[in-house]
Amino acid sequence: MSVRCREVDVAVVGAGPAGLAAAAAAAEAGRRVLVIDQSPRAGGQIWRHRDEGSLGRVPRALLARVASAGVTVLTGTTVVDAVSPRQLLVEGVDGVEVIDTTALVLATGARERFLPFPGWTLPGVAGVGGLQALLKGGTSFRGKRVVLAGTGPLLVAVAAALADAGARLVLVAEQAPWRRVTGFALHAFTNAGRLRDALRYRWAFARTPYVTDAWVTAADGDTRLRDVEVRTSRGTRTVDCDWLGCAAGLVPTIELAQLLGCTVERDRVRVDSMQSTSVTGVWAAGECTGVKGDAAALAEGEIAGRAAAGDTPGATSAALVRARDDGRLLGARIDAAFSLRAELLNLAAPDTIICRCEDVRRDAIDPAWTPRQAKLWTRVGMGACQGAVCGPACSALFGWAANTVRAPLGAPSCGAWQAALTPPALPGPPSPVRQAPEVDPHQGPAD
Amino acid sequence: MTGVVSIVIDGTTREVAAGVTVAAALLDHGVMAFRRDLHDAPRAPLCGMGSCMECRVTIDGRAERRACLVVVVDGMRIETAG
Repeated sequence: MSVRCREVDVAVVGAGPAGLAAAAAAAEAGRRVLVIDQSPRAGGQIWRHRDEGSLGRVPRALLARVASAGVTVLTGTTVVDAVSPRQLLVEGVDGVEVIDTTALVLATGARERFLPFPGWTLPGVAGVGGLQALLKGGTSFRGKRVVLAGTGPLLVAVAAALADAGARLVLVAEQAPWRRVTGFALHAFTNAGRLRDALRYRWAFARTPYVTDAWVTAADGDTRLRDVEVRTSRGTRTVDCDWLGCAAGLVPTIELAQLLGCTVERDRVRVDSMQSTSVTGVWAAGECTGVKGDAAALAEGEIAGRAAAGDTPGATSAALVRARDDGRLLGARIDAAFSLRAELLNLAAPDTIICRCEDVRRDAIDPAWTPRQAKLWTRVGMGACQGAVCGPACSALFGWAANTVRAPLGAPSCGAWQAALTPPALPGPPSPVRQAPEVDPHQGPAD
Repeated sequence: MTGVVSIVIDGTTREVAAGVTVAAALLDHGVMAFRRDLHDAPRAPLCGMGSCMECRVTIDGRAERRACLVVVVDGMRIETAG
């Protein structure tokens, strides 16, 4: 099987605020730019949309800028492997492609942290951002009874979105203590825009209690969610609902950076003042370098895009640096105020599934001495999601270090992976051939 | 985006709004078992953004596609673990 090749100057992975800003900046500097995203439309999680008209002024303007700068946007496409910083293997609906690039910008964003509790695999239990993503994808929550349990500003934003969409929001449970939440609010709301957003959100779900020091300890139902058990300072009670949105904050998505050998610190990609990673030719921007919000992600993307296009360090404007610093400060405040309470880390019962892909229960993992042994015994973390969900959960439960990352990323089709091992039929860029021992057909794709 | 498209969910033709994801179309038609785990228990979307792999269904004959990452098109055939 031959593999198509595409040559660009700058490849950007992730079409959220950071990735789009990087792409626009690099293209305006005269570079041929390609943006890759696995979603069906550009925008990332925060600007996920069904039609552009529903977007705000900032995302619409940026999408227009990306289009007029001549950026190629490849949606529905997943990065399967990075043979080097200059060569990506990607898979879309039409098959696989090799992207040859001079510079690479990682804007892979963040995902939710899920901590297992009894019943969390029941249909009807989703993430907090998960429910928002489903809503933005067109799912109707009108009249549905929803409990939200999570932490931080995202919880409030999603509560408002669901209420606006006609959901019967029953309860919003914030795990952080009241004092921390109000302390955060006092700082954050010195910014008029943030205060306005917060008031608008709270007004949208004004009839629903927002309870601090509260979290979900279990979900129950037969073939789908029927009720959840909520613990508050007043004790535990059972709440009937159709949907539970439950998560424990966000974790940066750093697998591609790890695969490329970029230095990672505190589970985020380390970058310098020009958003350059430790690997030459690779820049990173947005939430993969630490969760800090869309304004800072835009600034980081702009800086990374200019740098990847070959701009000199002096070209970084003061306004961009200020926006980035503001966001980093906000991110640090969020981390501190909404740090996870110890109770959340240990909700799983012996028979609770930890690894959802391979159906591995807690009591199967408990006796293992090391993560490696647990994997060999149980296949924990070796399924379709490759530890995207249970990796952070195992860190919380068992203190495991972050997963070792090996190609392929995600769950490519066998065809895509086979193509990666076959030299391209056409002359041109070097073939993305890995050494044979890297892939053993009798083993899973990674351990 | 306006209008409706016709899709086939587990052999039954359904009308859904154009532009929605397959995950949204399935949930709105009451599908809560996108796939089944090794013990036959139903599973449905968790993350909604393509990382958890819980919403895998067969779309137009191709297995293991993430319903949350695919937008419906007219005539699309979807098989779930219903």
